[in-house]
Amino acid sequence: MINIYEVAETNKMITEENLDVRTITLGISLLDCIDSDLQRLNEKIYTKIYEAAKDLVKTGEEISREFGIPIVNKRISVTPIALIGGSACKTTEDFASVAKTLDRVAKEVGVNFIGGYSALVSKGMTAADELLIRSIPQALSATERVCSSVNLGSTRTGINMDAVRLMGEIIKSTAEHTREDDSLGCAKLVVFCNAPDDNPFMAGAFHGVTEADKVINVGVSGPGVVKTALEKVRGENFEVLCETIKKTAFKVTRVGQLVAQEASAMLDVPFGIVDLSLAPTPAIGDSVADILCEMGLEYAGAPGTTAALALLNDQVKKGGVMASSYVGGLSGAFIPVSEDQGMINAVQAGALTLEKLEAMTCVCSVGLDMIAIPGDTKAPTISGIIADEMAIGMVNQKTTAVRIIPVVGKGVGETVEFGGLLGYAPIMPVNQFGCEAFVNRGGRIPAPIHSFKN
Amino acid sequence: MKRTIITVVGKDTIGIIAKVCTYLAENGINILDISQTIVQGYFNMMMIVDTSTTSKPFGDMADEMMALGEKTGVQIKCQKEEIFDKMHRI
Repeated sequence: MINIYEVAETNKMITEENLDVRTITLGISLLDCIDSDLQRLNEKIYTKIYEAAKDLVKTGEEISREFGIPIVNKRISVTPIALIGGSACKTTEDFASVAKTLDRVAKEVGVNFIGGYSALVSKGMTAADELLIRSIPQALSATERVCSSVNLGSTRTGINMDAVRLMGEIIKSTAEHTREDDSLGCAKLVVFCNAPDDNPFMAGAFHGVTEADKVINVGVSGPGVVKTALEKVRGENFEVLCETIKKTAFKVTRVGQLVAQEASAMLDVPFGIVDLSLAPTPAIGDSVADILCEMGLEYAGAPGTTAALALLNDQVKKGGVMASSYVGGLSGAFIPVSEDQGMINAVQAGALTLEKLEAMTCVCSVGLDMIAIPGDTKAPTISGIIADEMAIGMVNQKTTAVRIIPVVGKGVGETVEFGGLLGYAPIMPVNQFGCEAFVNRGGRIPAPIHSFKN
Repeated sequence: MKRTIITVVGKDTIGIIAKVCTYLAENGINILDISQTIVQGYFNMMMIVDTSTTSKPFGDMADEMMALGEKTGVQIKCQKEEIFDKMHRI
C-alpha cells in the first residue's frame, strides 16, 4: 500500500515544484466537413468541433479535481485547414473566414488555443496551400485563439525553399498586422521540418491525416521537479545524474499517462499518445534553463550547454518511454526563450545567443522557439534562419521548428511582453550579413542521403 | 472498492483527526488506514479511505473537505489513489 512519504513526495511535486499536466489536446478530423460551399463548410466545421469538444474543458477540470493535479490547458487540434478549405476557399479572405469559425468555436467550448490553421508543403504547394499561407497574417490578426503552422521540409522530401522564402515574408507581414500587440501574431505561428501528426503542444499542433476521427493526446511537464531532484545529487558523477533524471521523468510521465487514460475514458475518445516533454513556463522554478544550471553551468548558453541539454533530453525520453504505453508528439526538452525565466536571464546576461540556441536545437526538441528579434529584420534573413533550422531537422531526422517574432518598432535591448504562458522576452540581435541571393534562388533542397553517416 | 487518499497538512491543533473522522462517518466513508508524522514541525496525516459506500460525488467531497480544512487552519486534500500508485509502483 502507498505510504505517507510517497504521498508527501507527490504532493510536494505538485504544490512546490510546479508538476502539472501541461495540456490535454483533443485532435479532431475535419475531413468529413469538406464542402465546396464556404458557408456550409464553416457551419460543418463549427458543428463537428462543438459536438466533439463541448465536454472537454469540464472533463479536464473534473480529472484535475479527482487527482489533485493541475491540468493547465485544454486545447483542440484539427486537420490542416489547407486540405479542408481547398475546394471552398478561393481567396485569402475565404480562408480567414474559416480561421474565424475556429476562433468562435474555441471560445464557445472554452479552450485557450485551437491548432491546425496549417499547410503541409514539405515538397510542393498546391494553390490552396499557398492561399492559406498568404492568409495567415489576416487570420492571426483577426482571431485570438487560432494557432497556425506550416511544415516546410522533411528528411524524406528535402526542404521546400519556395515556401521557406514565402514564410519569411509571411512572418514579417504577421508581425506588421499585429503590431499593436507587440507582433503577438507571430507567437501563434510556427514553421516545421518533420512535423509530427500527433503533437499536443501549441502553436504547432494539428491533427494529421494519418490519425483517427478523434484522439486524445496529452503533454506532460515538470522542469521544476527535475531540477529539485537534481539539487539532491550536486557534485555526483554523470551516472548518478542520468539515473536521477530518468527516474524523475518516469514519475512525471506516469501522471500524464494516467490523465490521458482517464480523459480518453470519460470523453469516449481513443487515447493517442503522451508527449514526453519538459515544457517550461515563465513561473519561477518552472525552467529548463535552471536544470542546465543545476547540472553545473553558470548560465544556459555557457560552453557545455549543448552536451548538458543532449543528456537531459535523452534521459527524459529513456525514463518516460517506460512510463507510457504510447509516446509521440515532440517528446523532448523545450527551449523557448520568452516562456522560461532562466533562458531570459541567460539572454540578458549575454550568455545565450541565437547561434548557441541553434546549436542547442540539434540535440533537443524542438527548435528556435519564442525568440524576439528586431522588427527591422529583413524577410530574407528570417527565411535564412528558417532554412538553417530546417536543414538541422532534415539531416538529423528530427523535428525542428522556428517560432520567431520580429517585433515591429522595437530593437535590441528592448523587451517585449506577450503575457500569460507566452511570457516576455528581450529582443535578441540577429546576424546582420545578407543571404538574399541564396534564399531567392527558388526551388527545393533535395532530400539528404541516409548512408555514409559522419 | 474505490480508494481515496486524504492528506492533512498544517499546524498541529486539538481535534483535527476528530473533525475529519466525523465528516467521514457522517458521509458513510470507511477509513482503511491512518498514518501520521510531524515533518519540519508540521502535522502531516494521511488517511486511506473507501469512497465506494458514499453517495456523495467526488468533487463535492473534495470541496467540503477543503472547506473543513480552511475552518480548522489546516490543508486537507482528497485525491484518488491511482495518482500515487501510478507514480510510485511499476
